[in-house]
Amino acid sequence: MNIVVDLNRCQAYAQCAFLAPEVFELHGEEALLYVPAVPEDQQERVHRAAVACPVQAILVGGAAGADVR
Amino acid sequence: MAADTLFRRITDYASRPDPYPLYAELRESKVAPQDDGSYLVGTYHEITALLHDPRISSDRRHRSDPEEARLAAELAPSFIGLDDPEHDRLRRTTMRPFGPPHTPGRVDAMHGEIVRIADELVAGLRGRQRVDIVDDFAYPLPVTVICRLLGVPREDEPKFRGWSDAIVGGLDLNPDQDPTERTQAATEARRAMGVYLGGLAEGRRGKPSDDLLSAFVNDQDPAGGLNRIELMVTSVLLLVAGHETTVNLITNGMLTLLRRPDQLELLRREPALMPRAVEELLRFEPPVQMLPQRTPLVDVEVAGVTVPKGAPLILVLASGSRDPRRFRDPDRFDPRRTDNQHLGFGSGVHSCFGAPLARLEAQIALTALLRTLDGLRLVDDPPPYRRSPVLRGPRHLLVEHDGAGV
Amino acid sequence: MSGELRDGRIVVVGASLAGLRAAETLRDEGFEGSLTLVGDEPHPPYDRPPLSKQVLLGRVPATGTGLPARRPVDAQWKLGVAATGVDGIGKRVFLANGEEVPYDRLLIATGTRARPWPNPAEAALDGVFALRTSDDAAGLAERLDAGPRRVLVIGAGFTGSEIASACRERDIPVTVVERGPAPLVGALGGTLAAVAAEMHRRHGVDLRCGVQVTSLEGDGRLTGARLSDGSTVEADVAVVALGAVRNTEWLAESGLAAGPRGVTCDAGCRAFNMYGIVTDDVFVAGDVARFPHPLFGYQLIALEHWGNAVAQAEVAAHNMVSAGPFRRPHLAVPTFWSSQFGHNIKSVGVPTYSDQVVVAQGSLREARLVVVYGYKGRITAAVSVNRAKWLDYYQNLIETAAPFPPEPGAADRTAPMIPLPSDVPDPAVLSHGPTVALTGHLPDRRLTLVRPGG
Repeated sequence: MNIVVDLNRCQAYAQCAFLAPEVFELHGEEALLYVPAVPEDQQERVHRAAVACPVQAILVGGAAGADVR
Repeated sequence: MAADTLFRRITDYASRPDPYPLYAELRESKVAPQDDGSYLVGTYHEITALLHDPRISSDRRHRSDPEEARLAAELAPSFIGLDDPEHDRLRRTTMRPFGPPHTPGRVDAMHGEIVRIADELVAGLRGRQRVDIVDDFAYPLPVTVICRLLGVPREDEPKFRGWSDAIVGGLDLNPDQDPTERTQAATEARRAMGVYLGGLAEGRRGKPSDDLLSAFVNDQDPAGGLNRIELMVTSVLLLVAGHETTVNLITNGMLTLLRRPDQLELLRREPALMPRAVEELLRFEPPVQMLPQRTPLVDVEVAGVTVPKGAPLILVLASGSRDPRRFRDPDRFDPRRTDNQHLGFGSGVHSCFGAPLARLEAQIALTALLRTLDGLRLVDDPPPYRRSPVLRGPRHLLVEHDGAGV
Repeated sequence: MSGELRDGRIVVVGASLAGLRAAETLRDEGFEGSLTLVGDEPHPPYDRPPLSKQVLLGRVPATGTGLPARRPVDAQWKLGVAATGVDGIGKRVFLANGEEVPYDRLLIATGTRARPWPNPAEAALDGVFALRTSDDAAGLAERLDAGPRRVLVIGAGFTGSEIASACRERDIPVTVVERGPAPLVGALGGTLAAVAAEMHRRHGVDLRCGVQVTSLEGDGRLTGARLSDGSTVEADVAVVALGAVRNTEWLAESGLAAGPRGVTCDAGCRAFNMYGIVTDDVFVAGDVARFPHPLFGYQLIALEHWGNAVAQAEVAAHNMVSAGPFRRPHLAVPTFWSSQFGHNIKSVGVPTYSDQVVVAQGSLREARLVVVYGYKGRITAAVSVNRAKWLDYYQNLIETAAPFPPEPGAADRTAPMIPLPSDVPDPAVLSHGPTVALTGHLPDRRLTLVRPGG
């Protein structure tokens, strides 16, 4: 599972940093850092975080190009 | 005729079970001036624009009605009643022990404990013929959680419940009533609760424990922390907001699901949908229906209407979240709904401080209830509601097993 | 969608963010034909913004920034092989491995690469890096892990500043050399550049503006650099952050309007040919595209912005499978962000398209503020520093061509609303390339604005 956050949309409501603190981190007051490749044991939390995002900026999906052959 | 302006009909207690048709009427005009001088806004795009407009104050001391401004000035406002930069400073200071960036793991770490509290409460419901979802579950759960978070003894609940009722009563909007008495009572209650919470915090000075009251007096904050008054008003805000809203979210959730057995079954079958379902509840039956204390600092034009400086500007969030220009099929409760940027927690700098905790509590609470309770039906539909049109929710939600009673 | 547009062969050259999102949009919109993605890097699509942040901070490995898929694309991927040319008449893309890929419609999304250090021998010194690809980031992160004595960052644009910020957070000594008067000045103008300079200094960056690196020194390994003011810097790592070069050389013989400023296209992302005639089978999206924007006087602009890559890819893909009247223009207001020294900088509009600025909210002193940019009495951009939640308001003002300066009344406006010159320098004086390239005419900054009613 990979994630990308559209940081143009992000307004630092930080719901993700509360709900999945090992994946999303506020760096200073409102800059968001995150781990793009989500560890297995964090997936449920990340799902919760993505759904909770007030600006729906978190995209969750399988790794792009997984079908590269 | 003055007696039936839209605002009166919305705040009329008889509208409490279903204000949504009135909100649809409200949305017909993007801005609805009322005969008491207030302006109601109920459309999604206008509300979100105003929530991000720096000229809109949250501080009622900017109201042009001198009596209102005087009442608002009697007691220092908490940060929800202040503007930046003061609001920003207090909110960041309050956030330090609660969330990121300084305490990022606090809410996540409460997960297990909230599950235990919810499980204990539902265990007490098993085998009972008739249950009040409010008194037996939806009220005690958030109260227990906020008490542990703040560091308030759970057994003091009867003491602060009265204060809390009076404070919420102060938020009651009834254009036909003189607000002075209610506001006075609310002010007294805030003061009393503030003294109580301030005392609890003082008792922890130098003896840190893992709760917010302790952190407020013991942690070092380079920005200076909260002074005595700020600590009191902020703690009152957290205690009241922490349990007066989540109870409604949980109760509105059960009511909504009991009215829709197919959706209830769906969530029972697929508990992974619960986070999305809670977002939909926040859109569909939000516990905070409107923000009554906004005030323009200058004349502001909204959709062609000038809202004058100092006028009460009431943003009806629950109406915006049902705006068909933003949400497809807005009056349908759809727990799978995507693109759900509801206004349940507001938006902009004043968006709900406790939102992550409320989300988690509601998800856990509803999951526990659905898992445990089976074959329930509503005793009264609609149920009796609490008075407030702002913090809206059932006073009681009686349910019983199929076949019980007559 | 007509059957003809639903079928056929689409080739996307460029398998990064824009190429990926375009491919997904094509499938979303019902394209059922064959889809080929060509990318010169060997990796599946990954996200670049984390490379200068999470990766250099050591939080995330350089290989760990893969992008999530929005949906399966059922494409043939040709990765690790560059496109070398296009035959617009025979409708074929030539690849570096000798292969030819036929197309009915082509999307060019080849993006940019880091502008190299001009002296190849110096650039080849061990310890000299650029930062554009995940391989670049892997190499640089490894050196930072090893604890260099000092890192020299050449160019104080966004990438250079973010690199300096990551180094300081890891307590690595940093010297930043910028030919222009201050960091970020090329993108944000003088007012915020002063804030940026203060951030650098407060975090212990040895910031040297108004000077140039004249040579990199070393014998096999980098040992330091010589500057135009005669001074020297001892450093074992240097990062060349001189902006980007658009990847258009492969189109030199294509007959398309492609050059150093990008590939020119219309508002619907259709490429122009060298005669200025719009094509109908070649589309452009992302950093490599140069397109007219109505909010900015229909100047041709090229944006090195993450959000533009996504939005333009979606429009291009839509138009590739839509018949004339159903096509959409790419009108999104440009937006970007940067995080550095614990500050979140966000922009809407085009700050360089300005003659004046005001501090509309907050204060410069606290580095927590919103600056609003205007051009000829109209609001054209706004930039927030740790004030992201207010930016929607200004975006709306930009979209509605609201007058500059913005109306007063903001609760947290502490400074008087006095317009200052926006102080956007000529790009030629900067080390770092601007991330928005405005071509056509430049705003006349000597203009004195007279507004009715003062």
